[in-house]
Amino acid sequence: MASNKKNSSLTWVASIGFLLISLIILFPIIGLIISSFRPSSELMRDGITFSIDFSQLNLANYMYIFQEAASYWSWYGNSLIISAMTIVLSLFFSSMVGYALAVYDFKGRNLFFVLVLLILMIPFEILMLPLYQMMVGAQLVDSYFAVVLPLIVAPVAVFFFRQYATGLPKELMDAARMDGSTEYGIFFKIMLPLMGPSMAAMAILQGLASWNNFLWPLLVLRSNGMFTLPIGLATLLTPYGNNYDILIAGSVLTIIPIVILFIFFQRYFVAGLTSGGVKG
Amino acid sequence: MSSPNQESNTSASVQDKSYKEPNKFLTFLNSKNVVPYIFVSPFILSFLVLTLYPAIHGIIMSFQSILPGQVEFIGLRNYERVLNPNFYKALSNTTIYVILTVLILTIIPMLLAILLNSKFVKFKTFFRASIFIPALTSTIVGGMIFRLMFSEADSSVSNQIVTFLGLEPIDWRYNAWSAMFLMVILASWRWIGVNVLYFLAQLQNISSELYEAADIDGANAFQKLRYITIPHLKPITIFVSTITIINGFRMFEESFVFWETSSPGNIGLTVVGYIYQQGIGQNDMGFGSAIGVVLMLIIFVISIINLLLTGTFKRGDE
Repeated sequence: MASNKKNSSLTWVASIGFLLISLIILFPIIGLIISSFRPSSELMRDGITFSIDFSQLNLANYMYIFQEAASYWSWYGNSLIISAMTIVLSLFFSSMVGYALAVYDFKGRNLFFVLVLLILMIPFEILMLPLYQMMVGAQLVDSYFAVVLPLIVAPVAVFFFRQYATGLPKELMDAARMDGSTEYGIFFKIMLPLMGPSMAAMAILQGLASWNNFLWPLLVLRSNGMFTLPIGLATLLTPYGNNYDILIAGSVLTIIPIVILFIFFQRYFVAGLTSGGVKG
Repeated sequence: MSSPNQESNTSASVQDKSYKEPNKFLTFLNSKNVVPYIFVSPFILSFLVLTLYPAIHGIIMSFQSILPGQVEFIGLRNYERVLNPNFYKALSNTTIYVILTVLILTIIPMLLAILLNSKFVKFKTFFRASIFIPALTSTIVGGMIFRLMFSEADSSVSNQIVTFLGLEPIDWRYNAWSAMFLMVILASWRWIGVNVLYFLAQLQNISSELYEAADIDGANAFQKLRYITIPHLKPITIFVSTITIINGFRMFEESFVFWETSSPGNIGLTVVGYIYQQGIGQNDMGFGSAIGVVLMLIIFVISIINLLLTGTFKRGDE
């Protein structure tokens, strides 16, 4: 009896403690959302503040962004296109590679796998100057393709798909071969559909990485009309800026779709974002 | 049977003449000696073009002076130039940042995960989700929020708290210590939820039989933590601290979002920021590449230490 009582009070303390921690961690996002309804002049003056005049809250920032801010929506469009391209291409190529490393026995397989792990460890920042020069040389600067290219064969995704495909039933492959299916048919029609859950996790990982990508697009995108959301929003971050309306309402509008997706596909988000930790 | 191969159909209709005999080329394409390499070819191409070539080119560039239309080898002069006060500042900022983030982003997530995994906490799913949400924001949006929370104004959230505690309002972006604080808190805020999940995943792998056996032996909660939980968390702790260290040395955006490319007295300068400033800003690609090579060496040493600690070298053989 006594220990039950002690446990239930511990439960209360721990749960309230976590409620506080969650509130502190969510505070910046809640603060952002509330602030997005404040007049932008006050925002510039105060930043995010506790002393909010609730009678002053209005939709002006959102009205402005929907009616006047054409450049914001072109950034939004660019981000959507670049993320979609990244997801489709990187899933297609990375799953092929990961699948082959998992199911076939061939010369050099171990070498390729070690190379995948090696690239996983090479930070992109080290390669960015020569890659940038390459893009300048190929006259690809300021194009979607330049942004997407380095992400097409993602070593994290190759690694993840390889781990996942190792667990696929190989008997299905033999059965399909008996039916006269080619190796490519086996992959696209039988094995790929079985890799669905890992596809979802990697689509989210690659999509989010691309949606939030900053340094590389900052290098290769030049004109305002080609900017992605993070690049475009960063240009508004000047101390002299009078664009806080776009900046803050625009930030809310970049987070909200992701949070909604997260609520529905939490499992895949978690699997994708922690995929660096999958062990062999 | 019901799944005829599209590729062979389409290419067979193109090659009319070989229609009757089994097409040798297609048989070749479908042979077990060729298929794996076709599947792996995107990786081979991207490795050669997007990793190996830039890596070698970067090393060559680091020995060159690169002006438009005029490239010449200048030996080690770029490397001699790397050893300057700005680079030391960038390296020391980055190192302090790495040490602070690795401590915060290992210890706090571990404790939170152990608590979340205990039977005392209710609404686990909700807490797990809410501490994960910051990971969904970009550093730019997250940084913008922190810039507004830590603005110089007396009426910003941070200075209201500081004033409430009886201290003077702080110019957060203009002091060396608070500049570091801003970068560290931004990174910690964004990554804490992800790292909690890493630890939780590992905690759920610990067999409950171990704890039952400990109960029979009369172990108390602290002993179970000390002798079962913590030893089992060792591999994931090494993993989490390694990615935090490497991400720390790659840090750029957490600084850019507060000061763009130049901070007062370089209080926000990082190694990657220095590469960007010199290579792109000053268009001094040779010098920028030399800094990159130095950074590569630092990260390689860390990675090798990690591989030795975790025994990852064995992974390729399985």
